Amino acid sequence: MAKKNKKVNLDRRRFLVTTTSITGALGITSLCVPFVSSMLPSEKAKAAGVPIEVDVSKIGEGEVLITEWRGQPVWILNRSSSMIKSLKSNLKKLADPNLKVSSQQPKYCQNKTRSIKPNILVIVGICTHLGCSPSPKLSPKGDMGENWKGGFFCPCHGSKFDLSGRVFKGSPAPTNLVVPPHRYLNNNIIIIGEDSKDKT
Amino acid sequence: MPKKNDSQNSRGLISWIDERFPLSSFIKNHLTGYYAPKNFNFWYFFGALALFIFVMQILTGIFLTMHYKPDASQAFASVEYIMRDVSFGWLIRYMHSTGASLFFVVIYLHMFKSLMYGSYQKPRELLWIFGVVIFLALMAEAFFGYLLPWGQMSYWGAQVIVNLFATVPFIGPDLAEWVRGDYLISDATLNRFFAFHVIALPLALAGLIFCHLIALHEVGSNNPDGIEIKKFKDKRTGIPLDGIPFHPYYTVKDLIGLTIFLIVFALIIFFMPEMGGYFLEANNFVPADPLVTPSHIAPVWYFTPFYSILRAVPPILNSQFPGVAAMGFSVLIFFFVPWLDKSPVRSIRYKGILYKKWLGAFVISFIILGYLGTVPSNVWGQFSSAIPLLGGSDIATVVARIFTIIYFLFFILMPIYSKKDKTKPVPTRVRMK
Repeated sequence: MAKKNKKVNLDRRRFLVTTTSITGALGITSLCVPFVSSMLPSEKAKAAGVPIEVDVSKIGEGEVLITEWRGQPVWILNRSSSMIKSLKSNLKKLADPNLKVSSQQPKYCQNKTRSIKPNILVIVGICTHLGCSPSPKLSPKGDMGENWKGGFFCPCHGSKFDLSGRVFKGSPAPTNLVVPPHRYLNNNIIIIGEDSKDKT
Repeated sequence: MPKKNDSQNSRGLISWIDERFPLSSFIKNHLTGYYAPKNFNFWYFFGALALFIFVMQILTGIFLTMHYKPDASQAFASVEYIMRDVSFGWLIRYMHSTGASLFFVVIYLHMFKSLMYGSYQKPRELLWIFGVVIFLALMAEAFFGYLLPWGQMSYWGAQVIVNLFATVPFIGPDLAEWVRGDYLISDATLNRFFAFHVIALPLALAGLIFCHLIALHEVGSNNPDGIEIKKFKDKRTGIPLDGIPFHPYYTVKDLIGLTIFLIVFALIIFFMPEMGGYFLEANNFVPADPLVTPSHIAPVWYFTPFYSILRAVPPILNSQFPGVAAMGFSVLIFFFVPWLDKSPVRSIRYKGILYKKWLGAFVISFIILGYLGTVPSNVWGQFSSAIPLLGGSDIATVVARIFTIIYFLFFILMPIYSKKDKTKPVPTRVRMK
């Protein structure tokens, strides 16, 4: 017995150690899957994001309505004609005035006012930097400095946006605010969360 | 039958235990027979104080958990319930919230001591690394805890920090969703942050602190002179000539430090628990509202230096990741200090003027960045548009950028200036100052 033990088959031992380790590691890795996936959004959370209907006829000129879609603030801004005019004045200071980053708005809002109707801006009120909700600073007067034409200012990290949610150069936010998919049900009611092409 | 006296009785019990559990040898190895340098100054209080606060946070935390509800619809109200209806609930909560801030005060002073006296140099690199990991874990612990009151600041602070993960290229958005467990900060997020705050991280911290102390007792404590006391030992006993037993000498000294600490602690708890908005922010007395960000949001003071760095870095190539990476790096860079410092001496007492100047510049940057992180970026207004390059940009942002650069240069240039620096000769034995 003792003599036999001296002849250890090292190759076999190494093979067994390796295969056991690999099998064990695979087992542990697979065991992580249920735990890691348990932290993903649950089915209940996934089901919560349905489209919403909003009546825009009650928003006065130059006023903003804050509503909630998928737990995020959505702003509906009824821009006055002077506000619409001011959109042209800052083009050189904007990071993406011509909306080249197309993921930030649906195709039907890839226009000069970023909206379907020129005056009604529908926009997700979440800063593209780190997700704070910027404050409306709609009036040119106030604490925003002499050249301010009205827009939005993010209190968290100081990003600035114009009245169509386009980001100013030098802001920490990299892209324009997001225009969510939306369509007009009739002249007054819009549905947020649904494209017109989804109508079928 | 002979009468046994008390001391024999207790010795009997101790030897009964010692045969089954290494009690006496543990006390000898780590307290009565652990020799620490005799020249510790007040900077050496903060390690022991940190341990004290850790225990206190665990204890007050247990009692808060008995009344707190980790549920988005009840969390805010349950904290108010603790403050108003639970007997002494206000005291326990203020102990916990003040303890959190003072934990960071003590840890920052503890880290500064290491930077002054070179306590990270060989052979204490691993001790330092354990310390930095503890610091990271502590930041996570504080962050998770801050969401629990479910106030406006809790909510939007968590929103910003979780979105930091979303900026990681490629996997970012999915990663942030996984951390939140929802498409926004919600009940699911609160519930899991509660789990991290009350069990996962405290457990990790306890283990890390244990490793930190084991590593300390393996290599022995450094001292204000940065002299290795193990070089000169009593030939007969093998005890370092400049060492004194931790117990009773330093246990008693630490009790003095603890007394002073507790006086300050009590003053804060009873007279200014919110510390003018620095320890508990005004906006956190408003329930979380996912639709409205408060007009001024800032993290609690102990995160503001790093937060300033995040704000200071502009987006590059349409991505905000560089700012996030800079913030992460501003913390992680501490790991490399043992290898960045090329100085032949440990203590600032024998280092040259270059190190002193750089350490001073670092401390000033840390404080200024810390201050700027508590105020909005337009606090000092804008440069007038007449100035080339800077025209129109926020003054505070530009200042934050300058100090961010100094902050990083302290580390990046360390191999150069610590090598060039003219050091003084180090005495062989410690001095009592």
